[in-house]
Amino acid sequence: MKSKSRSAFIRSLSLHAVLIPLAIIWLFPLWMMFVFATMPDYGIFSPHIELLPSTHFAENLGNLQADTDFIRALMISLSVAMIYTFLSVLLTAMAGWALARYQFLGKSLVIGIILGTITLPYFVVVIPQFIMVAREFRLANTWVALIVPPLFNSLGVLFMRQAFSMMPSELFDAARVEGVKEWQIFLRIALPLARPTMAALAIILFLHSWNNYLWPLLINSRPGMMTAPVALGTLIGLTKVSWGGIMAGAVLLTAPILVVFILLQRHFIAGIAAGAIK
Amino acid sequence: MQSSRNRAAYGFLAPYLLIFAVFWIWPIISSFVMSFQNTRINPWTFSPGANWGRLFSDPAFYNALKNTMIILVIQVPVMITLATIMAVLLNSPLLKAKGLFRFAFFAPVVVGEVAYAAVFRLMFNLDFGIVNKLLNAAGIPSISWFAEAPAAMALLIIAVTWRWAGYNAIIILAGLQSIPDDVYEAATLDRVSKLKQFIYITLPLLRPIILFCVVLSIIGSMQLFTEPFLITNRGGPGGGTETLGLFLYRQGFASLNFGYASAIAYTMAALAIAISLLNLWVGREPK
Repeated sequence: MKSKSRSAFIRSLSLHAVLIPLAIIWLFPLWMMFVFATMPDYGIFSPHIELLPSTHFAENLGNLQADTDFIRALMISLSVAMIYTFLSVLLTAMAGWALARYQFLGKSLVIGIILGTITLPYFVVVIPQFIMVAREFRLANTWVALIVPPLFNSLGVLFMRQAFSMMPSELFDAARVEGVKEWQIFLRIALPLARPTMAALAIILFLHSWNNYLWPLLINSRPGMMTAPVALGTLIGLTKVSWGGIMAGAVLLTAPILVVFILLQRHFIAGIAAGAIK
Repeated sequence: MQSSRNRAAYGFLAPYLLIFAVFWIWPIISSFVMSFQNTRINPWTFSPGANWGRLFSDPAFYNALKNTMIILVIQVPVMITLATIMAVLLNSPLLKAKGLFRFAFFAPVVVGEVAYAAVFRLMFNLDFGIVNKLLNAAGIPSISWFAEAPAAMALLIIAVTWRWAGYNAIIILAGLQSIPDDVYEAATLDRVSKLKQFIYITLPLLRPIILFCVVLSIIGSMQLFTEPFLITNRGGPGGGTETLGLFLYRQGFASLNFGYASAIAYTMAALAIAISLLNLWVGREPK
């Protein structure tokens, strides 16, 4: 018995000996993001090794705001992400419900096409999307352009469909016997039951919208209508720019999401793991 | 009665399908057609040679294809191996402070591309970056991460691996946790070593999930855009890190040559389909 506990101790020791350095390496860029955000530019570009935070965060924020209207960009990003998340969860829940609980003509075709888009590179659709939205609808630099084209997502529908199809059908049949309409069954019975799934989906969709870079870069490049990642991206690579300011912006983009991540880790992980479970 | 009930399905599906048709189905057709059109003259005319003919004789295309393939072939195996190690170790009952380790590996998943691109640019700066300073402290000379193509490629691979290893670890960990405990209990009773259990039980059971991660990662890395755009400054040095995504961006959205960009996009789609089919073939049930 004793030798068994000793071998467990050695295994535990070697486990931590591998994981602790790996975790430190993995946390290092995040740590440096916060450190850089608090340093003046002469500290960032000093010849010494600086690993601890300084006190210039507010000053850096001021410099960032002088370089680009970042507060406005953050407000746009936040509003877009919230509206997008609400609409997208609603659309995918409705579609998932239809695909889970009804038999209708063309159902397997719809599921097949949705599945087919999972491996399709985004670049195949982004060029015509750009031509359509910017040139034909003349909607560049608008809220609609930021929110509507990215609304389609395939994994979300499959995720919602799975949640709805696992619910016992007696629940809904009982309501039907009482004469409750289909959309009321969806809104009053099915949606409340699917709340955990919707929470996981909403978190992933919010994150997707908040961090989205390529589409907002293409479609909303006018200074007053840029999202926060696009506004920050325009500064990277400029020669006369406050790097402390850029890092302060990176922290403003990252810190709120990290806090939400810590609080709702379970939902985050469920949402991401759902990508694997069909 | 039954059929009128089922008719409600179309109502639930309609808004989603409308968005799908307008912003996905139509573009899929449209970019296919555009790839055969000369879009540099008005009106656009059918002229397959203008794009497809040009593509296969364009050295810039082969450069981007080569860079993308190098990143794929190195980055995906490295990252999936790391992600598997992370998942297996995080799943160990012997691990203390599990939450802290989970946070360390999973946090990069929520960090935006622009934010981490900025940090990596500073960390790998030639003269003032912390990475070179630490290398110097260890007696290794500075590496010019942005001025030499191989170093710049290595930087992209490091950055993408940092950002996405945890994402794959989450998926693999979910797979590990779905393996029932009694499989291992039986093996332990039969005095099978932990390492053998991993090789002969865990890995075969994880195979479909790891293959899924490989395909997702290949398709993701194939479309790499933001990292070479922002970290290595528009595919620098001198196109040394230009990927297919960046090449497409330059042709389509800087030069506004939509037809040529569409041909590049469909080349990526063909590669993605080929890789998915290869995966189906590798992942088929052994008979």
